[in-house]
Amino acid sequence: MAGETILSVKDLRVRFRTLDGAVEAVKGINLHVDAGETVAVVGESGSGKSQTMMAAMSLLASNGEATGAVDYRGKNLLTLGKSELNKVRGRKISMIFQEPMTSLDPLYTIGNQLMEPIRRHRGLDAKAARAEALRLLELVKIPDPERRLKSYPHEMSGGQRQRVMIAMALANDPDILIADEPTTALDVTIQAQILMLLAELQRKLGMAIVFITHDLGIVRRFADRVYVMRSGEVVEEGKADELFANPQHDYTKMLLAAEPTGRKAAPPDNAPILLDGRNVEVEFKIGGGFLAGPPMLLKAVDHISVALKRGQTIGIVGESGSGKSTLGRALLRLLPSEGSIHFGGQDLSKADKSEMRPLRRELQLVFQDPFGSLSPRMTVGQIITEGLLVHEPSLSGKERDARAVEALREVGLDPAARNRYPHEFSGGQRQRIAIARAMILKPKVVVLDEPTSALDRSVQKQIVELLRKLQADHDLSYLFISHDLAVVRAMSDYIIVMKQGKIVEEGPTEAIFGDPRETYTKTLMAAAIDETKFRQSA
Amino acid sequence: MFVYVIRRLLTAIPTLFVIVTLAFFLIRIAPGGPFNQERGLSPEIKANLEAQFGLGDPLWLQYVNYLKNLLHGNFGPSYNLPDFTVTELFAKGLPISIQLGFSALALALFIGGILGIVAALNQNKAGDYSVIALATAGSTIPTFVIAPVIQLLFGLTWKLLPIGGWGDGALINKIGPILTLSLPQIAIVARLMRGSMIESLRSNHIRTARALGLSDWSVVVKHALRGAVLPIVSYAGPAAAALLTGSIIVETIFAIPGVGRYFVDAALNRDYTLVMGTVVVIALFTIAFNLIVDILYAFFDPRVRYD
Repeated sequence: MAGETILSVKDLRVRFRTLDGAVEAVKGINLHVDAGETVAVVGESGSGKSQTMMAAMSLLASNGEATGAVDYRGKNLLTLGKSELNKVRGRKISMIFQEPMTSLDPLYTIGNQLMEPIRRHRGLDAKAARAEALRLLELVKIPDPERRLKSYPHEMSGGQRQRVMIAMALANDPDILIADEPTTALDVTIQAQILMLLAELQRKLGMAIVFITHDLGIVRRFADRVYVMRSGEVVEEGKADELFANPQHDYTKMLLAAEPTGRKAAPPDNAPILLDGRNVEVEFKIGGGFLAGPPMLLKAVDHISVALKRGQTIGIVGESGSGKSTLGRALLRLLPSEGSIHFGGQDLSKADKSEMRPLRRELQLVFQDPFGSLSPRMTVGQIITEGLLVHEPSLSGKERDARAVEALREVGLDPAARNRYPHEFSGGQRQRIAIARAMILKPKVVVLDEPTSALDRSVQKQIVELLRKLQADHDLSYLFISHDLAVVRAMSDYIIVMKQGKIVEEGPTEAIFGDPRETYTKTLMAAAIDETKFRQSA
Repeated sequence: MFVYVIRRLLTAIPTLFVIVTLAFFLIRIAPGGPFNQERGLSPEIKANLEAQFGLGDPLWLQYVNYLKNLLHGNFGPSYNLPDFTVTELFAKGLPISIQLGFSALALALFIGGILGIVAALNQNKAGDYSVIALATAGSTIPTFVIAPVIQLLFGLTWKLLPIGGWGDGALINKIGPILTLSLPQIAIVARLMRGSMIESLRSNHIRTARALGLSDWSVVVKHALRGAVLPIVSYAGPAAAALLTGSIIVETIFAIPGVGRYFVDAALNRDYTLVMGTVVVIALFTIAFNLIVDILYAFFDPRVRYD
């Protein structure tokens, strides 16, 4: 189906002026898009893949500038005047973004926002534009479109908002749709729906799609041709099938190998149960107050029992809002809950703050956000030894420092790191620091709350391997909370699938992945693991 | 929404009660009383006066009596301006202060808003820097400097405006005070507007609007500005309450018979009833404008819904 070349990027360079001087984000790349094809631009964060397309659409931040040429049907978009450019943007080339939650104007109705580009580019009157808007909402399969025209963005879910974004982008029947990580912020089942929708719309409407993504799974299932980008350069390009079958460049090989692999063996049957939660229940109050009536109650965790053995990893899987993080916090008694929780025979549900304190050392938590969870004003050494000040106050400064060196070595960081500050480290290194902070206390149970979700695939793999090594070395028990099934599969020997605060299904990893019984689990698996293509390339 | 407003009005009653109670006892803690003047009254006259106004009664009885009168809308007589009741004083002075304050606020929102938008659209360029310079100057120069300078230039040197006085509300008499009141407000609004407009222009939905090829007018006015006015709305509420209840400096320098002087004068003179009257008026304005802000907020931002 490859047609004529409609978009070609020639020697594109993108520079940003920063306080530390000019930074070159894109270093002279060439790429082209043919009519009707699907091109993927793949790379990890900082590879310049998004900025390439932002430059093409003149959407760079105000401190950025682009040189080179972006040729669309004979016009160089980089030198086009604003009014000429706006005849291309949103009409011939349109774009959807990674952030469905913030990409729509919160202050206007969906109908208003959909009608605006239609009226502008096609000069339709309000009535005709409204009919068009309705047709578009039906096209992207929004239920009850008539009513949705009057909805505001905040009244819709992330998936629905992304559908609206797609409807807006397709409003004027564009030649090219640029999709910048369109599914990254969505739950896996929603991701699959959106990708399926895009594939279907492409078949119907015949536009070319440029996919900007870090997710090779999507590329494999979706793209005709691939450009692999790394630090502002295209390192490899080619047909998708060939590139996956026979990658040439080391970086491509590394990316392909980066999906976490390996399995974890279950602990012996006679391993003692360390953390035992029975019928755990957490309720949140919503609203209510003086003269406002009684609050609404939301059961975030609804009668869940978890028994974590020594050396075991229980993966808790679920989409956002399923209550998986709340369960993790409740089990560590970081949230008030009903039901009973025993740790090493001691009843945690009755322990007060001072009784909990000595136990905290053995029950550690690692968070998702490696940027927000480390204090920017403390050195790495201070951060990781802070817990020692509370739990082992008798240690001298020298002994604490020795422990810090040991902990940093264990997580694979240079011990010299302890004199530096968190902002000097990358996301993956920061997550290692967060892990060192937990490990230095020699815990028995660690709750890992999406510890790899904010990281690039290649870094994820390293963190997964590190966590498995630490577990083997110290006989740790993990509660591994994640929505990422590939990572969960590589980490856990037992899996709990949660939905709306309840357990949908649980069992050993191989059983859950090999033979899921519940519909919801099957949907989840199909969305995440299924290797079938969304579209048939012509 | 209606239920919400009713609920807010109901919660205003205990709030007001607490404020009145605190103010009543705090001013009584201050040493002296309304009739301890420098000239000194003879003890008999003083005792007479105090008996007449019930100041000899035990404090709790005075408090109960004050509340009773307040419930009937009676703020009592002024002790130091004996020919007037507090109600009469406010009836005369408040419209004047409200006129000046309201005009100054409207001017500040209009001019400050435009300056802020211009600065935001020219971020880190000459236009931006001049607005920032103006705004910094405006918010650092105190009114007691601005007012005499306006009197000097416009009144004495160029003879364009009267130096002071109310002139029965002639427009020309209002210009000086309104300018003085509004200049610092213009500076504050311009800075707020600049900040929130820059923030708004950076947001993802503005990127979407640009990517859809919408016109600059639509991007800036329809999409960026509406989100950017929200912080201005929150600021304008308390600012209105403060401006509309008068300014002692401006009213003193320009010799304006507003209510701004009452608070300070009354407090210094221990004019208990006038102090209490001022407290109640300012509290009512503050409560009312905060409610108006919240209602406006819901109007501007559909995500805010009270029910």
